[in-house]
Amino acid sequence: MHADPIGVLTGAHFIDGDHACSEGAIAAGCRFVAGYPITPSTEVVERIADRFPFVGGVFIQMEDEIASSIAIQGAAWGGKKVMTVTSGPGFSLMMEHIGLAAMTETPCVFVDVQRAGPSTGLPTMPAQGDMMQARWGSHGDYQIIALCPNSPQECFDLTIHAFNLSERYRVPVMIMMDECVGHMIERVVIPSADKIEVVDRKTFEGPKENYRAFDAGRDLVPMMVKAGDGYRIHVTGLTHDEKGYPDMSVSAQGKLVQRLMDKIRLNADDIVLYKEENVEGADVVVVTYGITSRTAIPAIEQARAKGLKVGHLRLIVAWPFPEKRIRELAGRVKSIVVPELNMGQMVYEVERCAAGKCNVVSVPHAGGTVHQPKEIFAAIEKSLRGK
Amino acid sequence: MAQVAEQTKKARGSVVIAAERCKGCGFCVEFCPPEVLELSAEYNSKGYHTPFLAKRDQCTGCDICGMVCPDFAIYGYIIKKKTKEA
Amino acid sequence: MPEELYEIEATIPPNPIEEYLRMDRMPHIWCPGCGIGTTVNCFVRALQTSGLDLDKVAVVSGIGCTGRVAGYMNLDSFHTTHGRAIPFATGLKLANPGLKVVVYSGDGDLTAIGGNHFIHAARRNMDLTVILINNMIYGMTGGQAAPTTPVGATASTTPHGNFEETFNLPFLAESCGAVYVARWTAHHVRHLTKSIKEALGKKGFSFIEILAPCPTLYSRRNKLGDGLDQMEFYRDQSEIKNGADTKTVALDFQGKIIVGKFVDKERPTYLEAMNAHYQKKLGERYVPSDEMRKVFHV
Repeated sequence: MHADPIGVLTGAHFIDGDHACSEGAIAAGCRFVAGYPITPSTEVVERIADRFPFVGGVFIQMEDEIASSIAIQGAAWGGKKVMTVTSGPGFSLMMEHIGLAAMTETPCVFVDVQRAGPSTGLPTMPAQGDMMQARWGSHGDYQIIALCPNSPQECFDLTIHAFNLSERYRVPVMIMMDECVGHMIERVVIPSADKIEVVDRKTFEGPKENYRAFDAGRDLVPMMVKAGDGYRIHVTGLTHDEKGYPDMSVSAQGKLVQRLMDKIRLNADDIVLYKEENVEGADVVVVTYGITSRTAIPAIEQARAKGLKVGHLRLIVAWPFPEKRIRELAGRVKSIVVPELNMGQMVYEVERCAAGKCNVVSVPHAGGTVHQPKEIFAAIEKSLRGK
Repeated sequence: MAQVAEQTKKARGSVVIAAERCKGCGFCVEFCPPEVLELSAEYNSKGYHTPFLAKRDQCTGCDICGMVCPDFAIYGYIIKKKTKEA
Repeated sequence: MPEELYEIEATIPPNPIEEYLRMDRMPHIWCPGCGIGTTVNCFVRALQTSGLDLDKVAVVSGIGCTGRVAGYMNLDSFHTTHGRAIPFATGLKLANPGLKVVVYSGDGDLTAIGGNHFIHAARRNMDLTVILINNMIYGMTGGQAAPTTPVGATASTTPHGNFEETFNLPFLAESCGAVYVARWTAHHVRHLTKSIKEALGKKGFSFIEILAPCPTLYSRRNKLGDGLDQMEFYRDQSEIKNGADTKTVALDFQGKIIVGKFVDKERPTYLEAMNAHYQKKLGERYVPSDEMRKVFHV
């Protein structure tokens, strides 16, 4: 399916990542946004508030992030593609409802324009400290998908991809931006609507008696309907059976949680996304995501100029994590270097998958600004000097 | 049987009791305007004393019992009487 | 077989409310003497005569004993998180204004954890019918104090007696801008049914507080008898005062209960205001959603 041209501002723009994200959402077919202002994400909803009345969308600034994160789910069950936008402190408030979306398999997109934390931290300055929270923030066992744009162009492209993934897998999808990517202004090219692929949730159209709201086929994704179509659905955050009725049994719990996990884990090969450069034959691979992928480039080039065989693997989809690729690389390289604008988060995933087969070096940063390339260069050199 | 028939013929309404669903709260008995319901000495499989229509000929079919029952275990209806021509 | 008896037996109508309920989930979990089921009975009877297309009625509940109502209704129903039924309902309504969205939840859910959402939805005059069952306690979790637990009453988190003042819910709703405010008890089945029907037919934020017994926790802890005793208390202590000043209808422990329809006024709903505003400001350039066009003819 192609994007609805009404929402697509085809052409070349000079805009920041936040605004590019708004345009990506509109191009993807998002027509309901509930949000609450929080630096450095506010520009996303400001632009949405401006544009939505011209494209058939509804924006409402709710009274808090908790309300925003569930209002979008009400709208999703009303048939809309939905999104909310926040930063660290708001992301924390939204955790319960991320779990609700995972449990009820409600397609929705959560944008976190990360800033330095913890707590109020540095509201106007970048960090990447919410990566683990994106994966594990809500209680219980569930899966989500998280993407990391590293430029305003990617903020546009990956927002569309986020919506498509969310609709395809009926799962909450996080867009993990950061203040730097969100506020940097670069060229963003928006193609014509017929060149933009959008995915809609699979809907059931048969007779009511045949519908089982949470019964899934081989891809583990149930077909969805919306309120008002006469299916008289029941949707609950309680553990439920295929009809959607609460089922307080251990077997129902096992069945449901297993399927929610498998839905992403067993489809991971189709979801995992990363970009590699010079990884074949490398001695060191630098694993990055988001803005750090750009600050690592001068460091990598400097190292390569010195004759070091350094490759670069950039996570585009951070969750699910590309376990297979990291396991494979760990067996072939001497070290993996993981610079992050946090005190070490995704590095633990790398360590877990490397399983001791190579040296894994973290390049942490408390946040507030980006790494100096020389810090990353020093880590690359040091990583080759043994464990 | 004949006595029941006579009483039912006189009554404007009657009730249907889903005894297994009843939890013996007593609302219907207490709030029935013509006071035709009583809790029975019998009980259902959960051990609750369920109501029964003690004064068949006085039931008006008003359905207050149905409205007040928290368990959807009783409802009243107005008896449709077939005429002789039918 | 006496002829009359045979004819009469043959025309017993089925219970008309059963098609509105998920009978495959009966019996429900509520205690003997709990008033929630009674209020559901009234809700169903109001739906029966409301003329609403049941495919377009959605019920949204939060967490708690009353929160379980969504699960028993044979309508599109949503059992959401604690306190958040109203924002979920807001999103549902804004996505499809053609739906009649009913929020059916308890006093703790809607006014403690959900308090912020309650006041804002009333302020915005969001087109929702909010049915609040007030049993003055947190029932599902074992009987903790709620913002409606009267001064002096005992609850599990106020074992020495509650000393916090309570909300006067009709006053709260009116002061936040609700266009329809009423209070009834589970005893007032006919009034309640009529009130729910009025609220369903009214545009904007309609609020009905319904006092209902919690025999297992509130009544038992406070030695008030069982559910029937509470219902008799409602009958004996209630006074119907339609149009009463909501400032005067606060409740206390086993005191007088003022019931009635207190507020019934008109003002633009959120969506009416939104569409009128955008039409005025943006004219031809305003593009409402398809669902919006169908309802508001913009």
